[in-house]
Amino acid sequence: MAAEIVPQVIVLVLAIALGFELISRVPALLHTPLMSATNAIHGIVVVGAVVIVLTAEDTLTQVLGLVAVFFGAVNVVGGFIVTNRMLEMFRGGSRRRRG
Amino acid sequence: MALSTGTTLVYLFAAALFIFGIRLLRSPQTARAGNLVAAVGMFVAFVVTFFEFPADALTLVLIAIVVGLGSAVGGVIAVRVPMTSMPQFVAAFNGVGGGAAALIAFSEFYELEQGGGDESIVILLFIFFSILIGGLSFAGSIIAFVKLEEIALGGSVTFPGQKLVNAGLFVLALALMVTVISGGPVPLVLTGVLLALSLLLGVLLVIPIGGADMPIVISLLNAFTGLAAAASGMALGNTVLIIAGALVGASGTILTYLMSGALGRPLSKILFGAVAAAGTGPAAGDGEEKPVTSGGAEDVAATLAYEADSVIFVPGYGLAVAQAQGAMADLMRTLEAQGKDIKFAIHPVAGRMPGHMNVLLAEAEVPADKMFDLEDINDQFAETDAVVIVGANDVVNPTAREDGDSPIAGMPILNADQARHVVIVKRSLSPGFAGIDNPLFYDVDKTMMLFSDAKQGLEGVTQSVKNQG
Repeated sequence: MAAEIVPQVIVLVLAIALGFELISRVPALLHTPLMSATNAIHGIVVVGAVVIVLTAEDTLTQVLGLVAVFFGAVNVVGGFIVTNRMLEMFRGGSRRRRG
Repeated sequence: MALSTGTTLVYLFAAALFIFGIRLLRSPQTARAGNLVAAVGMFVAFVVTFFEFPADALTLVLIAIVVGLGSAVGGVIAVRVPMTSMPQFVAAFNGVGGGAAALIAFSEFYELEQGGGDESIVILLFIFFSILIGGLSFAGSIIAFVKLEEIALGGSVTFPGQKLVNAGLFVLALALMVTVISGGPVPLVLTGVLLALSLLLGVLLVIPIGGADMPIVISLLNAFTGLAAAASGMALGNTVLIIAGALVGASGTILTYLMSGALGRPLSKILFGAVAAAGTGPAAGDGEEKPVTSGGAEDVAATLAYEADSVIFVPGYGLAVAQAQGAMADLMRTLEAQGKDIKFAIHPVAGRMPGHMNVLLAEAEVPADKMFDLEDINDQFAETDAVVIVGANDVVNPTAREDGDSPIAGMPILNADQARHVVIVKRSLSPGFAGIDNPLFYDVDKTMMLFSDAKQGLEGVTQSVKNQG
């Protein structure tokens, strides 16, 4: 049983190490957009929720899974759009000038 | 359940897009592209999942409806929410993500139980970790939303023995996990109790936190949701959940650390300090009337027009609330037309989150090269003719520098008090989040108070400058 999970543990540990490396030395200006973007990325739970629904063997798990799909979809779509809105403003500020 | 090779490779591709996307988000020029790259990764991972697990038409229709509903709700909120209330909606999006992770883990547990309950201890460990952390993030984020949206629970809510209760509940949750994992078949009700405990912990952890520290807590809860997602991925054997969740968990932790560093507030002090600090420190407005110099828009305009060549604007939370970023940008353009040098000093937590004020000012078309971080501009105040502080208080309070016993001692502040003239646009003399008096207000020779709403005040000053010019 436990041996099957070893490759997953390796993936987990490497991904955590990579996550630590990715974010060091980011300007404060980008802290909020970065938080918002990573917030959208953990919306990946929507995939897990879909797996639960697709493989559900009884009604209870199907219903719980669908609630999780709803939550996950809100997280993903809301997260990416709100991040895009924030970052759009940085670009607008430097290129567009009020005539 | 083992995934097919094709799906595994596509998941790996999606994970690479997340990594590349976060990497692009480190620079302002490429940040928007980074967000889009990550969104594409999400779409790819979502679509391929349906090829991996074929299902009947009814299930697919149900999923389509629910995804449509969730996307509509998330999308409409994200498009409509004013940038000033953005932090609480990031908290809300984070909360539902945490809730989803906890529900996935709970469902997976239930399925395993139905299937005979021969699951391995390691899988159970990840399931319970996901329920505990996901539930905590869900409840904590909702409390953060309620506080920031000013629905209820304003300020710091504390009660006697709060730390003890929190610690007790946490130990209880851990003990429950250990019992459940080590002791053979697991009654479903215990898992329910764990879920309830995690929700309660989330509430108790966030209610004592004051508004100024909230961004850091939201960032921490964001990291928690990432970890919960990764743990759900471990339970499901789903690599893309593991990688994306772990990336967010780790990067979110670093981000939380960076933010609390920028604030000069150690995380332990934020999470556990509020309870001890409540009730100590000198309260503001202790009945004592101190003199201030107050003026109208035309007085401020005269100071700026005739006594200042260089001006630094210090926008604060009050500016964000009053949506006065446009009015401030107008004043900048008006003064620049008269040949004055204008800069913006952005405190790390101006607005409500690090970077939030930059977003608001960029929205008002203030060029990015006029916005300066605290470290870059703090030495320049002494050579500046005038500082215009709008809706800020604690971040320019010299007490933080001078009084070691002050509740905000050690917090980095903008040295606005070193400029020759100080103009403060503020609705009243009321204290900021920290609840302490600001001696800068009472420096009658240097400081002029313009008691006004930020937007009306700035518009008035702009009009007066134009009239005088």
